[in-house]
Amino acid sequence: MNTAVTSPALDANRRDFYFHIYRQMLLIRRFEEKAGEAYAQGKIGGFCHLYIGQEAVAVGAIAALRPDDYVFASYREHAHALARGTAARAVMAELFGKVTGCSRGNGGSMHLFDAANRFLGGHAIVGGQIPIAAGAGFAIKCRGTDQVSTCFFGEAAVNIGSFHETLNMAALWKLPTIFLCENNRYGMGTALERSAAVYDIAHRACSYEMDAETVDGMDVLAVHEAMKRAVTRARTHKLPTLIEARTYRYMGHSMADPIHGHYRTKEELEEQKARDPIDQLEIRLIDAGLMTADEAQHIDADLQAQVQDALRFSDESPDPAPDDLYRHVYAD
Amino acid sequence: MPTITYREALNHALREEMARDPSVFLMGEEVGVYQGAYKVSRGMLETFGESRVVDTPIAELGFTGIGVGAAMAGMRPVIEFMTWNFALLAIDQIVNSAAKMLYMSGGQVPMPMVFRGPGGAALQLGAQHSQAFDSWFAHIPGLKVVAPATPYDAKGLLKSAIRDNNPVVFLEGEMLYNVKGDVPDEEYTIPLGAADRKREGTDVTLVCHSKTVALSLKVADQLATEMGIAAEVLDLRTLRPLDVDAILSSVRKTHRGVVVEEGWPFCGIGAQVVDEIQRAAFDDLDAPILRVTQADVPMSYNKQLERLAKPQPQAVIEAVKRVTYRED
Repeated sequence: MNTAVTSPALDANRRDFYFHIYRQMLLIRRFEEKAGEAYAQGKIGGFCHLYIGQEAVAVGAIAALRPDDYVFASYREHAHALARGTAARAVMAELFGKVTGCSRGNGGSMHLFDAANRFLGGHAIVGGQIPIAAGAGFAIKCRGTDQVSTCFFGEAAVNIGSFHETLNMAALWKLPTIFLCENNRYGMGTALERSAAVYDIAHRACSYEMDAETVDGMDVLAVHEAMKRAVTRARTHKLPTLIEARTYRYMGHSMADPIHGHYRTKEELEEQKARDPIDQLEIRLIDAGLMTADEAQHIDADLQAQVQDALRFSDESPDPAPDDLYRHVYAD
Repeated sequence: MPTITYREALNHALREEMARDPSVFLMGEEVGVYQGAYKVSRGMLETFGESRVVDTPIAELGFTGIGVGAAMAGMRPVIEFMTWNFALLAIDQIVNSAAKMLYMSGGQVPMPMVFRGPGGAALQLGAQHSQAFDSWFAHIPGLKVVAPATPYDAKGLLKSAIRDNNPVVFLEGEMLYNVKGDVPDEEYTIPLGAADRKREGTDVTLVCHSKTVALSLKVADQLATEMGIAAEVLDLRTLRPLDVDAILSSVRKTHRGVVVEEGWPFCGIGAQVVDEIQRAAFDDLDAPILRVTQADVPMSYNKQLERLAKPQPQAVIEAVKRVTYRED
């Protein structure tokens, strides 16, 4: 069932692609760092779940999709919106609750939506997006088109009923849906080993005779290759896949939570940071002569300017008007 | 005009809308091969095929979520619950997903879908199968809630619900499926949010919906013949949006009202109706508005206790006597 995935060798002809995913990962890193600062300044309210450490998963996976495919995610989804092409300005403004945000300030950090880019949320009840993504897969099947629906969720979501109900129906009905579990080891402060009888999440697909694989979620190219196989299975063979990407979050569960403490040690965190997904790709590209240290610095400066622009835009943007309170409760 | 059952009227509405719009599909437990647990979807699998009349496993949360996702991707799902009691397993998707998607996406993602099935008590089905959740769903902004009482209304309202671009909770009655009524062959729809005066009267308004409409009409007959009281029977038909204008104009005429509903009293539909009346028509009232509801208890299996728990005609008559000051 599981495929042993090793990172593919670099191909000099794919330099543009490598730069694209490097830029996306670094944009997410810089964006999230500034979002954390803005939260501390009180410019972002509510719950704010940062993605730092997990960048390889959203970027590697979404790079394998077409613009007309559907993407659904959890409440830790700033990265998925950015990787899907939502402007940094629109994402940051949404975190600020401004009317220029991608959900007009009504959604916030946990409910980013960008229908034009087929990014359909931003779902904040754990596991809620799993059947919903399969529903988009069902719609694709009804219409007989060749799109793919992708669902991102954390490893804690595999213990709720809707995960099992959905995987059963997706396998039974052959829905072109990819279930991508981002195993960052902790559901808030509860380790996987303390919440799941089976630690090998990909193994759970056996119950539904669904194809599955486990991939190193800190290796963006490995994630990308695994996702490409799943996309082919969905697009061509109309079959679902469960992918488990083993990753790690550097920050606390949300900005309101400690980075380490009772549930994990500082040493464990430092150990994981040695496998940083962005550093890994950068080192490989430089070692292979596909990128120079100067180029990396230039990209970083450019992305930091982009995030600064998003912050300035969000600061200057207006709140929704009071009349907006009653807009969009019902459609016409 | 042909006379058909409430069940057949729903079947015709589903068939007509599925023939009219290829994005409409029916999904739920036993809707296909078995022809529907209550036979509402009889013959539809044969007409539309298994891609559009979809039998599901017993997985309410899962298949309701699949309906939500299909609606987000442009389909118009009709999700059937074998009964609304089972829909409690899916309430997360109805309330947290369907009702909120348009708002929290800033207007980007409409949810054109219908959740339907029978609710309320039937006969001796016990506590877990005898519940009317009308006020639960009517509480939620973002949902529309419809509860038809007659075959004519059932067909016209279901067609409108399927065409509506919002999530609609469509509450049918297990005890209504065999009720017969006139339904024209010609195409028609009934707008959501419009109450219907089922009987004209001048002395008291009986506000009701779903199963309590027939009960109220029966009581109105008895009041007329035995006491000379002309009761107006106002069928709400849609609980959200509530037709407040229709309620107020009737009460302003009769100056008295009794709200009759199948649900429990606490935070019930009647509580909302009474609130609307007292705020807008206080000076028009000649008596406090009274309510007749199900008893505030879980449903007993015992036949006598079940009868005592349900809203009874005699309780409505007593309430009318009190508001018209005809007490013995």
